[in-house]
Parts: sequence; structure tokens; C-alpha cells
Amino acid sequence: MAEHKVDYSASGGLPVMLTTVDKIVNWGRSNSLWPMTYGLACCAIEMMATGASRYDFDRFGTIFRASPRQSDLLVIAGTLTKKHAEFLRRLYDQMPDPKWVISMGSCANTGGMFNTYATVQGADRVIPVDIYLPGCAPRPETLQYALMMLQRKIRSESANMNKNVRRRVV
Amino acid sequence: MRKYTPKNDLQKKSYYNDRFWVAPQTPKFDPSSDSRFCNDIKLLKENFKVLNEYVELNFLVVTINAKDNFNVVKFFKEELNYRMLTEVSAIDYLAQDGEFEIFYQMLNLKGRKRARIKCRIKEKQAIESVEPLFRSADWSEREMFDMYGVKINNHPYMKRILMPDDWQGHPLRKDYPLEGDEFAQWYEVDKIFGKEARDIIGPEIRDAAMIDRYDTKRFSRLGHEVPYGADITSGEPDTPIQYQEDGGVPLIGKMDPKQSKNIERR
Repeated sequence: MAEHKVDYSASGGLPVMLTTVDKIVNWGRSNSLWPMTYGLACCAIEMMATGASRYDFDRFGTIFRASPRQSDLLVIAGTLTKKHAEFLRRLYDQMPDPKWVISMGSCANTGGMFNTYATVQGADRVIPVDIYLPGCAPRPETLQYALMMLQRKIRSESANMNKNVRRRVV
Repeated sequence: MRKYTPKNDLQKKSYYNDRFWVAPQTPKFDPSSDSRFCNDIKLLKENFKVLNEYVELNFLVVTINAKDNFNVVKFFKEELNYRMLTEVSAIDYLAQDGEFEIFYQMLNLKGRKRARIKCRIKEKQAIESVEPLFRSADWSEREMFDMYGVKINNHPYMKRILMPDDWQGHPLRKDYPLEGDEFAQWYEVDKIFGKEARDIIGPEIRDAAMIDRYDTKRFSRLGHEVPYGADITSGEPDTPIQYQEDGGVPLIGKMDPKQSKNIERR
């Protein structure tokens, strides 16, 4: 391998970039959002399509993880039933801070067409939600857009999560 | 959204208000005159009390006493060669007659014929399990218990199958409200946060189309975002949609829509 002599003073300055802690931390956070593999119903198919090669979530630094302990994003993709609500809360609690939630599709947003005894009427009754993504089911482009909106939200936040006004359920 | 009306007396009312409506009836035939079923019904009548029998849509339908259910299903399986149990369930006739109708649908593969065995039980009455004869009856009877509250005697694992174990009520009964009773409506809140959290979380919003234009805690308009909880009764500022911060994010290129090019074909 060839050795290169690097002349820092000659090539336009030292390799130093000035920024703020907020910016550099949020740059890292927003460009490596790792969502948990959490498909509950048909929206999961669209979520899988978004993750696969045609739409390719990986180019956003978004790589699906199979464990809540390795994730910082929860995409609720599908109908949340009342039987399952406690597991959603448990999985959310297992995720390390900072963490964000995208409620994907009408069912997760409001219960959708399932105006019944067995469906949670909006996942925000159980966990706080950052982005509500409408659609039944949302197209992969829409989920990408939701992710970009979430990235924008993260970049506008303070890196110190305690300073951010977060909607908390209980 | 359609208004919810209580359906306690639904069975007593006529389903159709059209006075010229005649409910369609499928023709029923006497099984003893049917070459496929005449032998089956003859043998069945020699061994058990048959309350009613007919052939409808190529189905042999027999009504029996509820206490005979195990023996009749066994007879159908072993003597009449109906080797498959395809369906077990109940029908709620509580408001009409104070009874459940339990039915067993069986299939004779060799003779290419099907039979339905019906019996009636009172609301609190238990019925014998046919699980020793057909393993498939295990889940069917659990579902019957879960959805209708029909108790099954001698079932190996009498437990709810669809609803959570701590659920109250049996959802497929006609008097169970579609949107759930009070227990169902607060189920997830009570279970996860406790009853004291009901006031904080509030009742369920059943109108999925509800939009409050000025509620900035739950709604925001794309391109008109305002801080959480801001008052926008006098209008909100126009904020153009930005995909990245001005000047871009370090190390990530910013797409210029003007420089992009639509290709006609791949």
C-alpha cells in the first residue's frame, strides 16, 4: 500500500470541523435509527417492503433489529389488540432511551376500521407516539417520509432528552 | 359513524321491516326417502332419541338431546363412518328461547356426505366434551367457551383461546355490545397503568374521523407545524416543508430537485 504524506497545513486546514454537541449527537441519532421488527398486521408487509431493496431503509441508516434492547425506534405496524397492548408497553419499556415511536397506519393511530371491543383505539393510549402516519396501509414512500419527518424532529430537539418536552402517558 | 343501538332484544324483533319480505327457505327433505342417508337415519333412530331430522342442502341434519351428544358423535364416527369433525360451535338463542344451540358438523369422506348434529342447552348448562373422539374439538370447544360461555365437561384444558385469560364477558353473545362493555373499554388502561390512570388517559375516542382543527396537542398540519400545545385560534404560520436542515447535514448530500432528471425508461 502506498504511503501518503498528509500536509494538513497545505490542504486547506486541519481536519477539524466545528459544530455543537446538539448537532453532532442528533446527527448520529437521526441517521442511525434502528427500528424494532414489530409487525402486527398488514402494515408489516409495507414495513418489510420499505426495508427491502427497492425502497431500502438501510440508506437512512435504519436497520431493523430483532430486539427492543438494541432499538431506538418502534414502528407500530398494524392493529393493536387489547390482548397485545401490555406486550407493546413492555417492549417499549425495554427499549433504551432515547427512543421514538412511529404509529403506522389507521389501526395503530385510532383503531381504524376496527371499532370493536378487542382493538385498542389508538396506540397512544398505551405509549407516547411521535409520528402518526395515516394510511391503510401506508405506502413504503409514506413510511420513508415519516422517518424523514422523525429525523427532522430529532434534529430540532436538544441532545439532552430531559430538556425536551415529551408527551408522556402517566 | 353509525350510532350504536343496544341489541338486547334484537332476536325478538323482526330483522326486516319490509312487510312484503318473505325470508327465503331452503327446501328440506325427509332423510328416509334419501338414498344416501336413509340407512344412517334408520340406524341412528334405533339407538338414540332423534327429536327432528331432515336433509337440507345435501346435509343430514339431526336434532338430539344434549345429554346424548358424546354418544351420538361417537356413533356417527364409528358406526356411520363420519370420520371427520369439521366444525363445532354454538348459536346464541338466549333472548329468543333462553338456550344455546350446539352443533357438530361431520364429514363422511367415503360416502361423500355430510351431517350436522344439533342439540340445545340452557344458558348455565354444561355439555360433554367430544375431545376424546376428535382432537380438533379441543380448540373448537375452547373457542365456544371463550365466545359464548358454554361450559364443557371433561375437557382437557378448559381455558379461553382468543381473548385474554382475565377477560370478562363472552363477546359473541348477541347482548354483548360491539364496542365492548365498560370492562372491555378500559381493559388495557386498567391492566397496564391501573384504574387510577383512567382520568389521565380519558375514554376511548370511537370516532376515527374526529379532527380538532385547533388541538395542537394531538393534531398538526403538514407545512404549518407549531410548538406542542400552542394556541392557533388566530391562525398559524406557514412553515414550508424542509427535508433537511438548511445547508444540509454533515457528510450527507442534499438533493436539489432542479438537478434531478426523470428518465423515460429504464
